[in-house]
Amino acid sequence: MPQTPRDLLLRGGHVIDPASGRDEVTDVLLRDGRVEATGRGLGAPDGAEVLDCDGAFVAPGFIDVHCHLREPGREDVETIATGARAAAAGGFTAICAMPNTEPVTDNQAAVGFIIRQAMRAAAARVHPIGAISVGQKGESLAEFGEMVAAGAVAVSDDGRPVVSAHLMRTALEYAQTFGIPVIDHCEELTLAQGGSMNEGIVSARLGLKGIPSEAEEIMVIRDILLARRTGGHVHLAHMSTKGSVELIRWGKERGINVTAEVTPHHLTLTEQEVEGYRTAAKMNPPLRTAEDVEVLREALRDGTIDLVATDHAPHHYDAKDREFADAPFGIVGLETALALVVTELVDGGVIDFRTLVDRMSTRPARLFHLPGGTLAARTPADVTVFDPKVGWEVDPATFLSKGRNTPYSGRKLRGRARFTIVAGRLVHRADDAK
Amino acid sequence: MTSALGKDLLDLESLTPDQIRLVLDTAVPFKEISERAIKKVPALRGQTIVNLFFEASTRTRISFEFAEKRLSADTVSIASSGSSVQKGETLVDTARNLEAMRIDMVVIRHGASGAARFLADRIESNVINAGDGTHEHPTQGLLDLLTLRDHFGSLEGLRVCIVGDVLHSRVARSNIWGLKKMGAEVAVCGPKSLLPYSIADFGVTVFSRVEEAIEWAQALNILRLQLERMHAGYIPSLREYNRVFGVSRERLERATHDVLILHPGPMNRGVEIDSDVADGPHSVILNQVTNGVAVRMAVLYLLAGGRPELAEAAKGGGER
Repeated sequence: MPQTPRDLLLRGGHVIDPASGRDEVTDVLLRDGRVEATGRGLGAPDGAEVLDCDGAFVAPGFIDVHCHLREPGREDVETIATGARAAAAGGFTAICAMPNTEPVTDNQAAVGFIIRQAMRAAAARVHPIGAISVGQKGESLAEFGEMVAAGAVAVSDDGRPVVSAHLMRTALEYAQTFGIPVIDHCEELTLAQGGSMNEGIVSARLGLKGIPSEAEEIMVIRDILLARRTGGHVHLAHMSTKGSVELIRWGKERGINVTAEVTPHHLTLTEQEVEGYRTAAKMNPPLRTAEDVEVLREALRDGTIDLVATDHAPHHYDAKDREFADAPFGIVGLETALALVVTELVDGGVIDFRTLVDRMSTRPARLFHLPGGTLAARTPADVTVFDPKVGWEVDPATFLSKGRNTPYSGRKLRGRARFTIVAGRLVHRADDAK
Repeated sequence: MTSALGKDLLDLESLTPDQIRLVLDTAVPFKEISERAIKKVPALRGQTIVNLFFEASTRTRISFEFAEKRLSADTVSIASSGSSVQKGETLVDTARNLEAMRIDMVVIRHGASGAARFLADRIESNVINAGDGTHEHPTQGLLDLLTLRDHFGSLEGLRVCIVGDVLHSRVARSNIWGLKKMGAEVAVCGPKSLLPYSIADFGVTVFSRVEEAIEWAQALNILRLQLERMHAGYIPSLREYNRVFGVSRERLERATHDVLILHPGPMNRGVEIDSDVADGPHSVILNQVTNGVAVRMAVLYLLAGGRPELAEAAKGGGER
């Protein structure tokens, strides 16, 4: 970071820090990029800026372990800087960038480039994820060791599922040397081939080729079994089906090293959104049924699914303004994730705020061995201060992300970031915050 | 001006039974025009229509062209080869260009499901779906309904089975919606690999053996089996398909009653339908083709704002 930031005193907020068990209204002092002290009635040191946190929650900074920043390669669609600023505006202090860039992030130089661009952006932290295989081709392993030394925090072939079970096994074994998770996008390609939405009555009516749940579940159980064989940590991206939850539960009960994420959209939308061939609702894995949503919510509550990740996937508007089958998969998520979880899951009575913080900060930090995830003294001052009640309407034109592709346009939500602080530096302040 | 059908005809799923009945009733007087020596009335004089065919089609395109010409519309037909589509123009740009040329109506055939709706949402012209991907083919559904109604007098309670590749068939979807809305009982029959996973949710009966379907049905609508389904692994061979699901005279004769035979064409004789069935006494396949022109005339006329009660008069003079 450029220079030592001013001291920040977060006054009067409700601090929730599952890692230290703290859950009370109190003050937090940040100094030299670290949490200095926590306690009621802390005085502001000379030169400190006091941030009014009255009525807000003060949480360890949110971490999104799954987003697509398109740089290098498609800077017209998103850049590391715009993505990192969008993240900060959405309350994320750190995001993990998937390696499906052009060229692919499959070597230490490419990883170093992302780190440097993120430093320049000076918004949310950006942790690169390296490719599992050279060129994401699914053939030979990329150099995990050098990528980790350059700053990579995990490996994944992202949207290109690891077809070869042998390669997946090898990756799970080799990654253990460096203590990083192997992330898989679970999709059995011969089943999913040509599909553009969930296979069910809606796809049958619309005449769109469906992607059955089993395309995901077959790979989920394969990966869990390979994690059992190897002892490696497999992290399953964007789970979307009831069956996947059952399989993960099966694996966890047996002590297998499997973790999983779910996106805000798979927690809040169903295949019905596709009606009228709405490309804004086209994502992979596809939106499923109400029953799947119900089971995913319960799995997030009980911890079977460990965390919420956005799968932020910006696209140029031209790319989405076309025939459904030809439009690309994916939606942006960094600036709507927090409010969706607050509105639909907390206000909806599924989880409480403590669980929200655990699933969006504590666990992502712990499972990916990232800085942050706690407000304990002397830890990095990555903090999200958020308003649980402030209502707003989603207007893609106001996004800091270059991507405008969201199915939530016009949706009224509650909850937003008041302050986002990275290493003791304020990187986002809501317009009306004092 | 909003017509009795609305701005566009995109599918039968969203039509009401009254709207379907209106098209069928309007088609009846138009049938007679095609029997005249001079097959032309001035009902759509001055209207410009573009037939936009992004997929190869002979029968449907010609049927639309005749319908348009017999109503005196000015028409242009564009096939995907030789147009800007080949140069990579997007559908949204095609739509904007048509809009800029002030076209009154667009008839579109496209390989992507939802393409007709995509166009309709973006231009003010009336859009008629002439088949979009594996979604719907509403004018085919309507002409099938008219053919069945001509023969049976009513569709209420009629038992119709659709046989074949329902999974990839836009004709099947339009038939299912149209028939059900008009009170018919609908069944489908085919190898399970060629039926949609959720087929039962359409409210249709499913037969896995064609013999049972024939025994149940008063009419069979036999779908064309596309050769590429075999290469894509949905069925092992056309020979075996014919052996298990082909509609043959022998199978029909085993039924305890006569069964009317429809086929949307083009037929694969000896695959889904045997020649002696296609050419047999219960086949109305050519009636379908004749009705196709009349139904399309009715749709064009109604979408252009033509008043249904004047269809009879429209045949004779310039009254609109």
